[in-house]
Amino acid sequence: MKILALDSSGLVASVAVIENDNLIAEYTMNHKKTHSQTLVPMLDEIRNMIELDMETIDAIALAAGPGSFTGLRIGSATAKGLGLALNKPVIAVPTVDALAYNLYGSTSVICPLMDARRNQVYTGLYEFVREPESTIYEMKHVLEQCAVDIQEIADKINELGREVIFLGDGVSVFAEKLADIIKVPYSFAPACCNRQRAACVATLGQVLYEKGIVQTAAEHAPDYLRLSQAERERAEAQKNV
Amino acid sequence: MEKTEDVLILAIESSCDETAAAVIKNGREVLSNVISSQIALHTLYGGVVPEIASRKHIEKINQVIEEALQEAGVTLEDITAIAVTYGPGLVGALLVGVSAAKAISFAANKPLIGVHHIEGHICANYIENKQLEPPFACLVVSGGHTHLVVVKDYGEYEILGKTRDDAAGEAFDKVARAIGLGYPGGPKIDKLSKEGNPDAIAFPRAKVANAVYDFSFSGLKSAVLNYLNSCEMKGFEVNRADVAASFQKAVIDVLVEHAMEAVKEYGFTKLAIAGGVASNSGLREAFEKACAKRKIEFYHPSPIFCTDNAAMIGVAGYYEYLKGSRSGYDLNAVPNLKLGER
Repeated sequence: MKILALDSSGLVASVAVIENDNLIAEYTMNHKKTHSQTLVPMLDEIRNMIELDMETIDAIALAAGPGSFTGLRIGSATAKGLGLALNKPVIAVPTVDALAYNLYGSTSVICPLMDARRNQVYTGLYEFVREPESTIYEMKHVLEQCAVDIQEIADKINELGREVIFLGDGVSVFAEKLADIIKVPYSFAPACCNRQRAACVATLGQVLYEKGIVQTAAEHAPDYLRLSQAERERAEAQKNV
Repeated sequence: MEKTEDVLILAIESSCDETAAAVIKNGREVLSNVISSQIALHTLYGGVVPEIASRKHIEKINQVIEEALQEAGVTLEDITAIAVTYGPGLVGALLVGVSAAKAISFAANKPLIGVHHIEGHICANYIENKQLEPPFACLVVSGGHTHLVVVKDYGEYEILGKTRDDAAGEAFDKVARAIGLGYPGGPKIDKLSKEGNPDAIAFPRAKVANAVYDFSFSGLKSAVLNYLNSCEMKGFEVNRADVAASFQKAVIDVLVEHAMEAVKEYGFTKLAIAGGVASNSGLREAFEKACAKRKIEFYHPSPIFCTDNAAMIGVAGYYEYLKGSRSGYDLNAVPNLKLGER
């Protein structure tokens, strides 16, 4: 089975191809250019380098949200266009799950932090669990991905009372704040595994694909976890009437 | 001699609040023209909300493209090239069409052509007027644009004048809101105007100093608002139909006058109008009259090709295709793209 994966949910743009348990190619960029300028050229580079016949791809996995609204839509429209042209399904992988998967096998609790502005983060809490007889760890949700105030996730972590590893582009934004509010032992993931990677999206995508959790390219849309500002304000105004 | 093959353009447009796709054969034949409008949704907010528009585009884009291919009776394999609007427009909205078009172009190995939205509006005139060819003058009037343009050749434009402030369509929307007609203002004012007296209220016809072809509509909009305020202060009842008719006449007078001056100065025998406001019935009648008087051929698209649509993008894309224009996979949305720039 061959899966093409995209992640343009944050500052990083990343594309990857996995075939069964092998990563065939991965191209990750964390630079100024917009995803609109980088994502398809990166795909093109990979296609040329690994002589990829696009028809052999079984599905397109992508980080389907949360994240930057515009970034999510660039990834989503790209995945939908690929799906339409190739007549292949789309696998919507939760962005925060894929980010957490960077730290496969960790015995600490994993807490990805993506800056969601207005003092909020897109986050979640994860742990890796291995059954005694099994040769692989399974990633479990302690807290499913959500958009919350930084204080709220800190409270959850403190309540849990276990060591935690933070990663994601929200770490640098909230590092000082975390020093004040986190009461358990914690650490930050290093550069090799602290940002979105399409290989993680592809790997989790394969798990979802095998469970039959796929969408048609036409029906896929990002999971923003948040309403637009206009909708929020309108809902507020109606509540106050 | 070998028969030349048909050129089929799959066109995609998502610059504002319509998600659209079309298939165009050999530049002027519309095989399909699918438009999914979001107007009802934005009416709740009194105007287009960019984030909501972008979200809707994502939900609809594949259905609209698939429907366009189906209606045209073709498959993606039959398509020669993909054309897509990359500006001007709302950046988040544009990005949906641009990203999808690039991915399709990439996966299906079809050339990609980025198209200017206003160029598309102008090219809408080619669809129903098979004999129309450049050079001609064209007035583009829509919610976002008011441009008086010389179409020198296919894909070659010179801007004679444009608005210094509000676009004509924007003025329609703002005045419509002020007299309680709601969004979108153009069609509502056009309809109400028919019941009013266009000479009832003397609204100003603005000129821009040292730029005969430029437009300014913010003064007119303010004059309407001031008129409404003073009526309210004096306790006069406002005749909304008269306001609508007098306002519309003031806009039309300026548009016609500028266009006629350009036609005379440059010696054009053909004038076209384009853009959403080009379906305004009062505007059409005024242009028909003015052009007939001066023995100028007058062209305008049907309303379905005046509103934002992808057929017009396909026509513009076809002529770009013939010229050999191709866009790369790094094509980006350019929200303030200028006409004539690439």
